[in-house]
Amino acid sequence: MLTDFATVLVFMVLGAVTVALLLLVSRLVQPRDPTPVKLSTYECGEVPFGSSWVQFNIRFYVVALIFIIFDVEVALLYPWAVIFQRLGMVAFVEAFVFIVILLAGLAYLWKEGDLDWVRTMQDAPARKEGK
Amino acid sequence: MIPLFDLGVAVARVAVFFAFVFGLVVVMTWVERKGAAYMQDRRGPNRARILGITLFGMFHPLADALKFLFKEDFIPDNAHRLFYQLAPMFALAPAILTMAVVPFGPPVTIAGKTISLQIADLNVGILYLFAVSGLAVYGVVLAGWSSNSKYPLLGGLRSSAQMISYEVSLGLSIMGILMVFQAIRLSEIVLGQGELLFGILPKWGVFVQPLGFVLFLTALYAEANRTPFDLPEGESELVAGYHTEYASFKFSMFMMAEYIHMVVGAAVIATLFFGGWQFPYLADKGFAFPGGLSVTVPAAGVLVLRIGSFIGKTLFFCWLYVWVRWTIPRFRYDQVMRLGWKVMLPLSLLNIFVTGLVLLLIDKGGF
Repeated sequence: MLTDFATVLVFMVLGAVTVALLLLVSRLVQPRDPTPVKLSTYECGEVPFGSSWVQFNIRFYVVALIFIIFDVEVALLYPWAVIFQRLGMVAFVEAFVFIVILLAGLAYLWKEGDLDWVRTMQDAPARKEGK
Repeated sequence: MIPLFDLGVAVARVAVFFAFVFGLVVVMTWVERKGAAYMQDRRGPNRARILGITLFGMFHPLADALKFLFKEDFIPDNAHRLFYQLAPMFALAPAILTMAVVPFGPPVTIAGKTISLQIADLNVGILYLFAVSGLAVYGVVLAGWSSNSKYPLLGGLRSSAQMISYEVSLGLSIMGILMVFQAIRLSEIVLGQGELLFGILPKWGVFVQPLGFVLFLTALYAEANRTPFDLPEGESELVAGYHTEYASFKFSMFMMAEYIHMVVGAAVIATLFFGGWQFPYLADKGFAFPGGLSVTVPAAGVLVLRIGSFIGKTLFFCWLYVWVRWTIPRFRYDQVMRLGWKVMLPLSLLNIFVTGLVLLLIDKGGF
């Protein structure tokens, strides 16, 4: 009997082989006729200008940061949840304190407006004054 | 020394599951179009035919597959060549791999050998599920960035921000299930759901965790980028989102990934919240109804009913995706983010709190 993770490995290898095989077949049967226009970047028919690797909204980074904090929390709570009924009250209180600490962070973000995707212009100056 | 026989069994089992998932994906592309068509009072695909037989357009997915294979697959000049080619594989691989831990039925004993109807009964089942499905975001980000085009970049960014926002709620919403069933192995969770609640109701996840179910379903739709959360590919704004620059077979890999996500998602809902392969009131020997009435069913019948029950539940939730897609309009992006962080997250934390409290009360009250 193979261990379960070995089966997952077999699964991965078979999946990779299938995809590689399909890519190979499609490469063999499809036409090759590249032209400069075909290979240009799509911009709704306009001639594309500049690179697209541009600056983008800082909020995407903020979301990523919040995500990391809470996802670590989730990973930590899984083992806790499984043995919760055996530990009883102690586990409940401990997890409660832990979640409340994280909730304080969420409350702060909420108040600062980092959870709002669209901000009004009135909100912006208030942040500059350091409130 | 690798035991060759065991390896053969593993390969055979994987092949069967593969065929099941891909078969369902093919059917889903047809169901999606046909469902859309009927909801909009039109016919949908009905032209593709083999030897004059159309079979309600069932050959349409086949025609699609052939077309994907035979179309030219080019790489835009400005794209990052390596990442551009890696991205579809990064999208497809996690989608397929998540299937590995979902149990299709109870372990079967044939000729003295026990065969589990599950590719791998991992002891960290749910952790594996979330770890692997979390990787899906790489495919989206890589595709969006490596295309070096404005629409894919925006689509990729939006999509990744949305996926990670809902991943937190997705993870937290099933915490209650783990607390109730005290297991992280999916087969044990399914076994736990075979019991009865108050002696009448099957102890399915949806009955013990109704709020958790709603949260999980919502987060799953957001994770799979399905309507009403399909902003990453909001056609009216972003052409096709992160896979705008992809053509031919690489494009089809993104499509396959999306549909496999849907199928696996439906299977996971069925497993965690609807008892997996459990059939209501069906025990190993036959039906045992709450009133004391019992009907004996032969072992083979029990097995067929159980596998059928799992497949039936999965198919229902597959259909639900289509149903929701053509019923509910798309959210605006700020609404999606607000829902994710300001509603789903606090609610899922509240759900854990209430579940813990109730479990403690039951423990102390002794009922």
